[in-house]
Amino acid sequence: MKFGVVVFPGSNCDDDAHYAIGEVIGQPVEFIWHQSEQLSGLDGVILPGGFSYGDYLRTGAIAKFSPVMRTLDKFARSGGLVLGICNGFQILVEAGLLPGALMRNKRLRFLCRQVHLRVENAETPFTCAARPGEVLRMPIAHGEGSYFCEPAMLAELERNRQIVFRYVHSDGHDARHDDFAANPNGSLAAIAGVSNRDGNVVGLMPHPERAVEAALGSVDGRVVLRSMVEYLSKGQAGCAATESVSA
Amino acid sequence: MATVNADIKVTPQLAAEHGLTPDEYARIQKILGRDPNFTELGIFSVSWSEHCSYKSSRIHLRRLPTHGKHVVQGPGENAGVVDIGDGLVAVFKIESHNHPSFVEPFQGAATGVGGILRDIFTMGARPIAVLDSLRFGAITGNGTSAQNRRILDGVVRGIAHYGNCFGVPTVGGEVVFEPCYANNPLVNALALGVARRTDLFFARAQGPGNPVIYAGAKTGRDGIHGASLLASAEFSEESEQKRPNVQVGDPFVEKLLLEACLEAMKTGAVVAIQDMGAAGLTSSSCEMASRGGVGIEMDLGRIPQRETNMTAYEMMLSESQERMLLVAQRGREREVFDVFTKWGLDAVEVGVVTDDGMLRLLHHGKIAAEIPARTLAEEGPRYERPIAAPPSAKSPEKLAEFSAPGVNLHDNFLRLLASPSIASKRWITEQYDSMVRTNTRVGPGAGDAAVLRLKESHRALAIKTDGNGRWSALAPREGAMHAVAEAARNVACTGGRPVAATNCLNFGNPEKPEVMWQFTEAIDGISEACKALETPITGGNVSFYNETLGKPIYPTPILGVLGIIENADCAIGSAFCNEGDGIVLLDAGRAAESREAQAREFSSSEYAKITQGVIAGAPPAIDLDAEKRLIDCLVDLTSEKVILSAHDVSDGGLAVTLAESCFAGDGLSAEATLAQENSAEPPEYTLFGERGARAIVSVAPASLARVNSIAAQYSVKAERIGVVTRGDFRITYSGDHAIHGPLGSFQQAWSDSLASELESAF
Repeated sequence: MKFGVVVFPGSNCDDDAHYAIGEVIGQPVEFIWHQSEQLSGLDGVILPGGFSYGDYLRTGAIAKFSPVMRTLDKFARSGGLVLGICNGFQILVEAGLLPGALMRNKRLRFLCRQVHLRVENAETPFTCAARPGEVLRMPIAHGEGSYFCEPAMLAELERNRQIVFRYVHSDGHDARHDDFAANPNGSLAAIAGVSNRDGNVVGLMPHPERAVEAALGSVDGRVVLRSMVEYLSKGQAGCAATESVSA
Repeated sequence: MATVNADIKVTPQLAAEHGLTPDEYARIQKILGRDPNFTELGIFSVSWSEHCSYKSSRIHLRRLPTHGKHVVQGPGENAGVVDIGDGLVAVFKIESHNHPSFVEPFQGAATGVGGILRDIFTMGARPIAVLDSLRFGAITGNGTSAQNRRILDGVVRGIAHYGNCFGVPTVGGEVVFEPCYANNPLVNALALGVARRTDLFFARAQGPGNPVIYAGAKTGRDGIHGASLLASAEFSEESEQKRPNVQVGDPFVEKLLLEACLEAMKTGAVVAIQDMGAAGLTSSSCEMASRGGVGIEMDLGRIPQRETNMTAYEMMLSESQERMLLVAQRGREREVFDVFTKWGLDAVEVGVVTDDGMLRLLHHGKIAAEIPARTLAEEGPRYERPIAAPPSAKSPEKLAEFSAPGVNLHDNFLRLLASPSIASKRWITEQYDSMVRTNTRVGPGAGDAAVLRLKESHRALAIKTDGNGRWSALAPREGAMHAVAEAARNVACTGGRPVAATNCLNFGNPEKPEVMWQFTEAIDGISEACKALETPITGGNVSFYNETLGKPIYPTPILGVLGIIENADCAIGSAFCNEGDGIVLLDAGRAAESREAQAREFSSSEYAKITQGVIAGAPPAIDLDAEKRLIDCLVDLTSEKVILSAHDVSDGGLAVTLAESCFAGDGLSAEATLAQENSAEPPEYTLFGERGARAIVSVAPASLARVNSIAAQYSVKAERIGVVTRGDFRITYSGDHAIHGPLGSFQQAWSDSLASELESAF
């Protein structure tokens, strides 16, 4: 299998994602320049974090016009796995590949801190190696990560189990919308990550690629990347949570 | 801003308005053999400004030690370079952007970060970390506290905006509050990068006939005279008018510039490269030419411009950001252009290297300026400014009091923990992305220094900035020595062996003999300390004229010390780790013995300032031998992995060190007993005295014997003073007295203080 990490002008977590997949998880991975229209041969594509196009106009707004996004749209429609992290999530939302919007953090400041996420849907290709309800610790680092959508959309997301991750307290308890400690950006329904209808495209604001080495604070991000690997090699049925998810 | 007419007649009056003295003007006439034209006047004024020429400091900076076994490049290039093994080098430097940060805090601080980042990647090194030493006026109380909060907010947002978007983690620094910085905030930004030694680039133009290429953002009218008039003069009532002198930064363009430059350098077609910082096109061209012993000729009509009708004067003085000047190999220009085109940046051949040593500028078919490059870059004025120590105080100073009746040490401790200089800086530091690039092993608040792991090596780098303006005001030489010692000690606490340093010297008006005395004393202190601790100075920055309406700041030398951790897995933080671990006080020095000496020393402490309003006496006596022994001891202890955490004793003394070691952890608390042998010592001195050469470490019970044995080898006293617990926080002193309470009561005072002051304001 092979992964691709898209590089837009201004992406700055591309090296981190490449290192996590290539060196830590140990899978073949290459960089995809934003002007490339070649995604063939890839099984999974990561849109990494950063400030693509300097967040000019609106974060993620300009990236959607890059040539690679046309090809990515086809790639996603044919079932390829797409993971958008932070700015990558913002780009997927702007490109219409994921529902909702990402707004300025409630307290209007950039925030870099560890948060806890609960796996709400352990049956996606990005969470199949996790236990349902498992709590993962990984960092956020953004100024515009507050998830929002209209009530009708929210009901649909819940109905279709498209909410993949929610911000929670460290003990797994729900975080309210105004609970700064657990849901620092004030996301609606504490939503940290969502999928598309088919479940092959997921975006999340926290950074799993920053939580794959114990020396840097947490290895809980590994399960997201490992899920993709397991799914691609064994299929949905073959991908299951193991005891040592933190290995 | 009105278009500047290049045909303006140059007069001595005009020269004076440009910040040039009559003597300097006369020298210019002598160099040229004629009067300078207006463009040439502008070029000399920025090149010979204090900020660019170091004319008041050069003769003193020569005394700094700059050689060492790890040093690859000392002062003289865009940044210092240190060998870190495995064919790798660390490239680092600290720089100031003080005056712009008062006039326009957001852009002033942002472009300060941008500037220092360019100094690193112009050497061929990718920046891996940024640290910031910040000084502001008081954010509470009467006076200018609202203004100071506004400046702090703008500076922090500016640093965050630039560093986060560029994609470099901001991993440390310090924030200190003193009234003297109210109208003269200090923003000192340090950047650290890593490169393969064989990939290093220097800013030495070579090869007559080689093309000179301009790359990056277009040139506009922003920042003109940012160096000569903004950074080289005091503030007065007319400071508002200096706003157009503040540069405007775009971190997205700088990120593109970084990637393009590193890629272009890999082609092998780049001969030399320098970023356009203070004095933009002027300094980059004359310095590259001068270093290479060659000349540079440029056709200004080819400079990418984002305003119409820019004059030669404006183009040469513009401080538009995110621009580089390169020299390429003739015949290989296309390779360079292709890289910049890929990244969406302008790259234009604007000139050529010559062999006549002149900086020659053409505009509209005529020679707009013609000046020997050396006279601009290397042969600027050099002053031996008068030095005079201040007269000794006429009346005896009011010293701190010990054990005054009615004093509640518990309450004072809470006040100390909540005081802005000591309180948690989390509200500030979490606005910075401290984790991007996934190299941050020890980040803000987690350890005494920042620790960056290296993906290409088993080593890690530890780095810290420190300085104490108040101590330097009381005793400039000792204050400067303490800055070096504290930064080095902090590096050692994470397991790093200090190997090199960079300094940012922030002072008042050098035309005042007392300021010049402070400066030369600080240089001597830094020299002595750097020699003793084996941390040669590899580069740095001098910022003079930090004063408003005649009142200077405290002399504030800031030191950035770099250390190498041989085995990255040996890096440790400052937080206690396990219930039941022993708390050991390592002490390589000796306390002051007489009550009088203790009072003099204690009068310079944070406690004395916060609780008694006393700023007097002298900094603690500094014992460089003791500091060196403690540093070596800490490096040994960490490399043997027999200590689990280390936190040095500094602001607020032992009590604060113990508390902070609990706060950084996960609900762990402490029970400790201090000064058992000397219960006659004044309790304030025991608890809050700031004498150096000490650190609190935590040790698993099984390792205590080994810790004692290693400490003894370095003649460092190792006293087990307590244990890590999960209960109340308790410090027993002077026999049976104690400060104690639920950990949360102390932690809340410390963690909520800054946030409650700053969040409510906005």
